[in-house]
Amino acid sequence: MRTTTPQEDFIRGIWKENPVLVQLLGLCPTLAVTGTVDNALTMGIATFFVLLGSSLLVSMFKSVIPKEVRISAYILVIATFVTIADLVLHAVVPEIHKSLGPFVPLIVVNCIILGRQEAFASKNTVARATLDAVGTGFGFIIAMMIMGSVREILGNGSWLGHPLLGAHFQPWVIMVLPPGGFFTLGFVLLGIAWWKGRSAVAVRPRRWPHGVTTEVGGPAS
Amino acid sequence: MRDLFWIFISSALVNNFTLVLFLGLCPFLGVSGKVATAVRMGMANIFVLVITSLTVSALNTWVLPHAPYLQLISFIVVIASLVQIVEMAVKKLSPTLFRELGIFLPLITTNCAILGLAILQTNRGYGFTEGLVFALGGGAGLTLALVLMASLRETVELADVPSVARNMGLVLILAGSLSLAFMGFAGLFSS
Repeated sequence: MRTTTPQEDFIRGIWKENPVLVQLLGLCPTLAVTGTVDNALTMGIATFFVLLGSSLLVSMFKSVIPKEVRISAYILVIATFVTIADLVLHAVVPEIHKSLGPFVPLIVVNCIILGRQEAFASKNTVARATLDAVGTGFGFIIAMMIMGSVREILGNGSWLGHPLLGAHFQPWVIMVLPPGGFFTLGFVLLGIAWWKGRSAVAVRPRRWPHGVTTEVGGPAS
Repeated sequence: MRDLFWIFISSALVNNFTLVLFLGLCPFLGVSGKVATAVRMGMANIFVLVITSLTVSALNTWVLPHAPYLQLISFIVVIASLVQIVEMAVKKLSPTLFRELGIFLPLITTNCAILGLAILQTNRGYGFTEGLVFALGGGAGLTLALVLMASLRETVELADVPSVARNMGLVLILAGSLSLAFMGFAGLFSS
């Protein structure tokens, strides 16, 4: 396997393999706490911290962790960093911590973090694992900011608490409610699919043209 | 009794785990392609949620008052090992049940819905009975959401949607409409 350059390690997580927008991992926090930009940003930074800390520690100790219990070991490392993040957020930004609810402790089960440990940090040097964690962490923060900005601007007419759209703007309340999360991510993914397929779609035949029946409608196997 | 009823209704409909609280989205988006699979996934979830609720009640009574900072770590470790033990026992005692639910158990042992239940049950101060009802309600809500989603996806499977919407975009917009419908249940509490 070709080894990647440091730039590739860093950039990969931000765009080509963005954890949320391309790999569709870690969707629970992406949908749940992006009602306002400050919640989304806090969550992004907390996840960034946990990912960086875990990747550092796991890549340092990769040779001493027995293969059979590696997943449990990773989860313990992650849980330790999440506990630190939880206590720090509670002390520094108590109001945001309260509105994030159970989602700060739930960083433990965020697939992005465990995924990077298993796929990258456990097999590579400390320096490359750090670059990869920083890139993936930034990718997550960017996705959270996109979601949070769309939802706060449309749902509340403000950005990071600053009024943006003037007094005549009628807020789309639905955007800050749970369905808004699904709709926003759905439309962001549609946008990305459209952007990626702009050139390819013209030559690719449609998968199910009119009048074609497949065996899918028959009895389930 | 009345309180228990409302805990059940609240966790199953008004604060549906998947569609309103956003817990357990991975199975909701990943395993909702076929109704039959969705039902089995829901059942496996109820099973693990009940085990979790019992574990959390025990830990909250005997262990965590002495070491509150161990909350997260002990939840994960104890729930994961207990589910594995139960899985072995089920495999031995009832191979039929294991065939139905077995493959899902390792997948859901540490998903958000399971750990979310543990944390919410602790934060809300639910005792043994309330926790159990909360777990059953949450599991029922999750199963309901999964089955509804799978039915919708089976229905639109052959629809001629624009090619950009063939993958997750369409699924998320369907989920949003479903979530919108569940917002209606919020009116149950004001009356």
